[in-house]
Amino acid sequence: MTQSPNGGKRPIYSSAIGIGLATGAYGLSFGAISVASGLTALQTQTLSLLMFTGASQFALVGVLGAGGGVIAAVLTAWLLGVRNGLYALHIAPTLNLRGIRKPVAAQLTIDESTAMSISHEQIADHSRHAFWATGISVYVLWNIGTLLGALGASAIGDPASLGLDAAIPAGFLALLWPRLRDRTAWAIAAGGATIALLLTPLTSSGVPVLASALIAILAGYRLRDRT
Amino acid sequence: MIWAAVLIGSLGCYLEKLFGFILPPALLDRPMIRSVAALLPIAMLAALVAVQTFGSGQSLVIDARLAGVAVAVVALLLRAPFLAVVLAAAITAALLRASGLAT
Repeated sequence: MTQSPNGGKRPIYSSAIGIGLATGAYGLSFGAISVASGLTALQTQTLSLLMFTGASQFALVGVLGAGGGVIAAVLTAWLLGVRNGLYALHIAPTLNLRGIRKPVAAQLTIDESTAMSISHEQIADHSRHAFWATGISVYVLWNIGTLLGALGASAIGDPASLGLDAAIPAGFLALLWPRLRDRTAWAIAAGGATIALLLTPLTSSGVPVLASALIAILAGYRLRDRT
Repeated sequence: MIWAAVLIGSLGCYLEKLFGFILPPALLDRPMIRSVAALLPIAMLAALVAVQTFGSGQSLVIDARLAGVAVAVVALLLRAPFLAVVLAAAITAALLRASGLAT
């Protein structure tokens, strides 16, 4: 990477490292929660290396841990990952990728790298640096965090006595929190939670969360002319 | 079976990202696609919060997890970082169980 003479990219790199450290701490909790949900440390690490999108990873281990089965776990992870495809559509013209860079950039396309890239959209060169620096920083530190969390949780005993089962919903809540920006978001969240709770006694585990996706699809259809 | 979920789930999540770089950007002009993609994580994360707080197999229960989530809400209102939110919930539930105040 070339450094511009006025050092205009230095703030981009320091933000990228800051965001990486914050997500690394969150990777620590993913590693611990995944192992507490019954995955091995190797399976947990594979998720962070290959899936690399936090909400889908948490959901996959959450549904598996609750006995939801492979199909429900995979579908939930996929549905939560749809937004990454939209991010890629949005930033692709600015990143202007060719050859091997395209499949590499795809893996790094997540909330954090997209947000950083978009926040520097005025200068295309800065936007590209912001994407790569944030994506690489988060990838490395998220995986280190996962490793430490998974090994730490493997070394200790009963997850419930440590309250790790309460850490799982708290983690989902922390992911949800910044998205509750307006009344529509609150209504969708309330609808999703209600549907899921109503269906819990009636369906097999994993189905209630999938059913909540219908709320988003119906509301998205009704709101399509408002965004 | 867990390996199947890990690998198939990862492959799908990667392809979703890759398709975004391959498909025409004009897809973004469709408001329906944009609004559904923005709302999906909200509905599903809220459902996950609810199920993981109250669910126990097919029954709904109130136990130490609810207290943990309540403390997490307070931590989020205080703008605590992710790790602090999760730790606060875990410690709350662990203390309630250790003291015999909740299951």
